[in-house]
Amino acid sequence: MNVYLDNNATTIVAPQVFIEMEPYFVQKYGNPNSLHAYASDTHPGLKTAMEKIYAGINAPTEDSVVITACATESNNWVLKSIYFQQILNGDKDHIIVSEVEHPSVLSTVKFLENLGCKVTYLPINNEGIIEADNLSDMITDKTAIVSIMWANNETGAIFPIDEISQICKEKNVLFHTDATQAVGKIVVDLQSLNVDYLTFSAHKFHGPKGVGALYIKKGKELIPLLHGGAQMDGYRSGTLNVAAIVGMGKAMEMAAEAVESKKMDEVRRLRDEFEDNLLQIADTFVVTPREIRTPNTILISFRGVEGESMLWDLNRAGIAASTGSACASEDLESNPVMEAIGAEADLAHTAIRFSLSRYTTQEEIDYTLKAVNSAVLRLRGISSSYAYSPPESIDTGKENNGHR
Amino acid sequence: MGIDSLIGGTIWDEYSQIVTDLMNNPRNLGEITEEKAKEMGATLIVADFGAESCGDAVRLYWAVDPETDIILESKFKSFGCGTAIASSDTMAELCRGKTVDEAVKITNIDVELAMRDTPDVPAVPAQKMHCSVMAYDVIKKAAAQYKGVSMESFEEEVIVCECARISLSTLQEVIRLNDLTTIEQIADYTKAGAFCKSCIRPGGHEEKEIYLVDLLGEYAKEKVSKAVGNNDNQDFDQMTVVQKIKAVERVIDENIRQMLIMDGGDLEILDIKEHELCTDIYIRYLGACVGCESSSTGTLYAIEGTLNQKLGSMIRVVTV
Repeated sequence: MNVYLDNNATTIVAPQVFIEMEPYFVQKYGNPNSLHAYASDTHPGLKTAMEKIYAGINAPTEDSVVITACATESNNWVLKSIYFQQILNGDKDHIIVSEVEHPSVLSTVKFLENLGCKVTYLPINNEGIIEADNLSDMITDKTAIVSIMWANNETGAIFPIDEISQICKEKNVLFHTDATQAVGKIVVDLQSLNVDYLTFSAHKFHGPKGVGALYIKKGKELIPLLHGGAQMDGYRSGTLNVAAIVGMGKAMEMAAEAVESKKMDEVRRLRDEFEDNLLQIADTFVVTPREIRTPNTILISFRGVEGESMLWDLNRAGIAASTGSACASEDLESNPVMEAIGAEADLAHTAIRFSLSRYTTQEEIDYTLKAVNSAVLRLRGISSSYAYSPPESIDTGKENNGHR
Repeated sequence: MGIDSLIGGTIWDEYSQIVTDLMNNPRNLGEITEEKAKEMGATLIVADFGAESCGDAVRLYWAVDPETDIILESKFKSFGCGTAIASSDTMAELCRGKTVDEAVKITNIDVELAMRDTPDVPAVPAQKMHCSVMAYDVIKKAAAQYKGVSMESFEEEVIVCECARISLSTLQEVIRLNDLTTIEQIADYTKAGAFCKSCIRPGGHEEKEIYLVDLLGEYAKEKVSKAVGNNDNQDFDQMTVVQKIKAVERVIDENIRQMLIMDGGDLEILDIKEHELCTDIYIRYLGACVGCESSSTGTLYAIEGTLNQKLGSMIRVVTV
């Protein structure tokens, strides 16, 4: 049996989405900006898609939802443009982000830091949540923008965006939120919040890869990151990715419907049941309380089981999950979120993320539970540290070898 | 750069079949009990290396014949990724039947070679080489316990890159002989720094005493001092303007800047004007030095005095 539980990385394209996209490859392939029927043929589909995208996040039509290539582009765009508009000229000198942002935010602000911009990293507490109170004190009259993710990709923790947006409004500071892990999973309503910029991406909610968006509030216009033929009202040049935009529209419509109806509740029920059963395994830990998590995500640690070896055994069983920890990634570091929440050092390399979708079935979860149980059994059997307390005379070689 | 590096493969695709098989079914997994060792008439050694908090930990069990020093039985347990488990297993295998002295000579490179399917294709991807180093370290740990000596006594020289096992002296020699100036060149010539990258600069997976950037810095300094000659002996007045600025910078760095920084200040050198009898150095104070009373009196005289003394010339310091 093959089970896909890595939906925070990417999702299956919904079959209906794929069907809606298909005509735009070999039939309606015109460039929407040309002056002939081939171009006009694309316009109704694009218009409908844009309406669905606006509706999905309840964006006022006077504001702009600019289609980009990915969430990474959207995040880069907003931060770099604010740098060019407000920091380079000396008006402002400061950006605030959380310490657990996606690399597309963290690497970008690191780059801006090298150009002389000051960056403050808002910490998370031991439940993996931002404490909004801390933000007020960090904002200065030189702060250009606050960029805090709506939901965290690793833990699924939902940050208090309402509170944060209020603080930014009171302090008159621009607010951007990377909602890549929120859109399509929980309600995102831009008419009930003071958000100036919001990032999201289609492939996280069963749309195609290669298409994302940046919402820009009216009056908070950004200079373009991509200059050229002035597509997207001059905000973002580049020939429109017609099929992808159409796909994003359909995916958004379906996701919004799932959030409103019982479909997302079913994902939550399945996740909760799965989590309850996983926690039956001895010495197992979950970070963020499930009430303040996206309904599909579990980040869980099995003491004594190294993350990559767990993925290895799951993969042999046909199950796809993920780990941000050590050996699975190129840089050998432990899961940054586990470090940020101040998790016990021994657990930093044991975190495994399961992320479900509305296509996950009960049968798949039951099968996965069995596979996890036998993997934990096998790997704890190999483990040099589990169920073993070394005599005091045995040191770990840690002190004299700098193996931190 | 190039076609192969643009779309990353998964690290598992680069594991050899041997590594994959060992990860699935390790051959030497397990423990040796005190009773078992006694039955064999052997000394039991249990050595731990690494820590779970680092992502890798291994325990090696040896039953050693006290008469011949031969390792009769060798088992392991390990917390770690596929490479860590497979290389611990291979290491335990390689130890069996060897004397303790022979076993100490087994390196992580031997372990990696033993796990290759074909002689010229690495058993694990470059960034995973690091996970096999632990297998080498734990042997030394076990041997040290058996012989009652320290682990360091088995290290004949300082190793800078543990993945490729390149020593400090080798690196210094190669850098100098080939006039290397970049990390990439070092990796091309020696393979040091091409694996887990911890030894390149601080901030990697492991803390080191010396990094490749330090070695490059050392060599760069050496070249500069050769090119400029030793400034202490060269006549300041004979220097070009650029040399003069460098010499002044150096004296300020070595003798003055630290004191200013400790008080929350600093200074920058803006210009040098050469006159017949003296040289004027134009500086600007920074940080806490700005507006500090002594910056135009005591501190200024101290800077002038130090420059005059160190450079042996008539120098006036002018603040801007």
